[in-house]
Amino acid sequence: MPKTLYDKIWDAHVVHEDADGTCLLYIDRHLVHEVTSPQAFEGLRMAGRKVRAPEKTIAVPDHNVPTTPDRENGIENEESRIQVDALDRNAREFGVNYYPVNDVRQGIVHIVGPEQGWTLPGMTVVCGDSHTATHGAFGALAHGIGTSEVEHVLATQTLIQQKSKNMKVEITGSLPPGVTAKDITLSVIGATGTAGGTGYVIEYCGQAIEELSMEGRMTVCNMAIEGGARAGLIAPDQKTFDYVQGRPHAPKGAQWDAALAWWKTLKSDPDAHWDKVVTLKGEDIAPVVTWGTSPEDVLPITGEVPDPASFSGGKVEAARRALEYMGLKPGQKLTDIEVDTVFIGSCTNGRIEDLRAAAAILKGQKIKAGLRAMVVPGSGLVRAQAEEEGLAQIFIDAGFEWRLAGCSMCLAMNPDQLSPGERCAATSNRNFEGRQGRGGRTHLMSPAMAAAAAITGRLTDIREMMAQPA
Amino acid sequence: MEKFTTLTGVAAPMPLVNIDTDMIIPKQFLKTIQRSGLGRNLFDEMRFDDDGNEIPDFVLNQPAYRNAQILVAGDNFGCGSSREHAPWALADFGIRVVISTSFADIFYNNCFKNGMLPIVLPQDQVDLLMEDASKGANARISVDLEAQTVTSSDGQEFHFQIDPFKKHCLLNGLDDIGLTLEKVSSIDSFESQASQARPWV
Repeated sequence: MPKTLYDKIWDAHVVHEDADGTCLLYIDRHLVHEVTSPQAFEGLRMAGRKVRAPEKTIAVPDHNVPTTPDRENGIENEESRIQVDALDRNAREFGVNYYPVNDVRQGIVHIVGPEQGWTLPGMTVVCGDSHTATHGAFGALAHGIGTSEVEHVLATQTLIQQKSKNMKVEITGSLPPGVTAKDITLSVIGATGTAGGTGYVIEYCGQAIEELSMEGRMTVCNMAIEGGARAGLIAPDQKTFDYVQGRPHAPKGAQWDAALAWWKTLKSDPDAHWDKVVTLKGEDIAPVVTWGTSPEDVLPITGEVPDPASFSGGKVEAARRALEYMGLKPGQKLTDIEVDTVFIGSCTNGRIEDLRAAAAILKGQKIKAGLRAMVVPGSGLVRAQAEEEGLAQIFIDAGFEWRLAGCSMCLAMNPDQLSPGERCAATSNRNFEGRQGRGGRTHLMSPAMAAAAAITGRLTDIREMMAQPA
Repeated sequence: MEKFTTLTGVAAPMPLVNIDTDMIIPKQFLKTIQRSGLGRNLFDEMRFDDDGNEIPDFVLNQPAYRNAQILVAGDNFGCGSSREHAPWALADFGIRVVISTSFADIFYNNCFKNGMLPIVLPQDQVDLLMEDASKGANARISVDLEAQTVTSSDGQEFHFQIDPFKKHCLLNGLDDIGLTLEKVSSIDSFESQASQARPWV
């Protein structure tokens, strides 16, 4: 029977299947951070259990860590410090792979995994974090789990799972200038809604996806969860293999050859069955921003704030509430919305390519007077590379704060937060009420668009800033 | 894990769609290293003002719903992060059943690990139960997991679907890890086969 990529990875990991279809699925990589793991380790301890496969378990603190240089002196916030210290103690006691706060390889767990070669095609990857979908960019089946499941994976290296349905999201053709992976993933959510992927694993395909770099593919898969899907996948190709080869935990020598031979089979069969298909034309995708408090509240930057009455069902009240929260009025041009803060970073857009895209816009420019702007690299290694390439200096010269790696203002568990009413152009993944700080107002967009907003102080069409052909 | 068999209780109506996990339990309460005690911060930013005073309009602050055990909610409840703190906070407040037209995947699964029952019903039935819940504390909704039914205060009965394995675990309060460890020999043999087939993993 023809199979999808998801079917193939699933089948290769079934340990046991019950008569009712409930499966025990083997987990190849378990990523762990400090927020969703303490109760799981405590559960193991109370039951006298060990971590079954510490060599397949990777821990790194990211959500709580301050991103200011003084963090090497310790974390001031007591609760954050307790949580980070608990991870430190648990990682050492249970003997898992571990990147502590002051290790140069520390960073956001979804950036560290691929960077260190832990994430490989055809693997199952889980983490107590919904943005685990990021790793799907490598053709790995990767999804978020709750803390009880974290404990289950620690104890058994398996998960009890029911298979999802198969959904294909095809982006045909090429992207126009100024349009990025972030615009693809937001546009897909805009088209399908935040529950459009519920019950599915999405495979993204088509020319526009093939043309993306690995960084771009990670951005696309990262937000599969925002579309409700369990996971997002992209079939591995030469770009994937080139990215992986030579990374510290990637296979080497004869094992590399054997791995490569298998990885090359990891693609959906031409006549595989899809339960749902969504197709977008790459050339129709524009630079987009969000206007509301759900990632589905997305429009091209040339648009206007919608009238809640233009929606139907429960969305009418949700849109009314969103506009009130966001301090916006129907009919307002999106490019007239002024911002107070710009945040470039997160597991969605905190990789080197994202920093390059933002720096390309900011080179020789200054941010608008009075605006607060920060760049938070996704890992210590991204930060080091950006410094080597001269990007850090471009950000600093433009007036950005150049921070250490962490989740930072994406979810504001560390000191990087918005104040009530403060409006932010953000490259992160969620514009929920209070996400970046109580009362904070978030507009999601690509790194280049966020950089443009930093210069003008308002939401800006990046295409107006790009060099015009002679 | 606490068993779930039947429940009859006050249902609070929350018709808003896309109620996300940041609304259910904002991030500042994720810094705990324990599972308990999150009920006081359930829906914190909707329930309390900047000074920590109750916002009287919020449903769970209204006298009729302060002891609600059931939520009837708008579409796509629990979307957003994987934080199990969301079901922990609901359960700690006393809510053991959420009824909606759909749930986000991770939230849905997390409920079952905590003795909670998320129930999916079609829009017209959720609308009827929402109306029922809006009548206040005298309108009690009943849930029977064995029979897979929800009964409104005026006796209308709706049947819901649930995965048999999840139902079995919830009815008996079974611990997943204990169940899986009964299959440890299958895990052992999978691992030894996989280490031959994919030694790089």
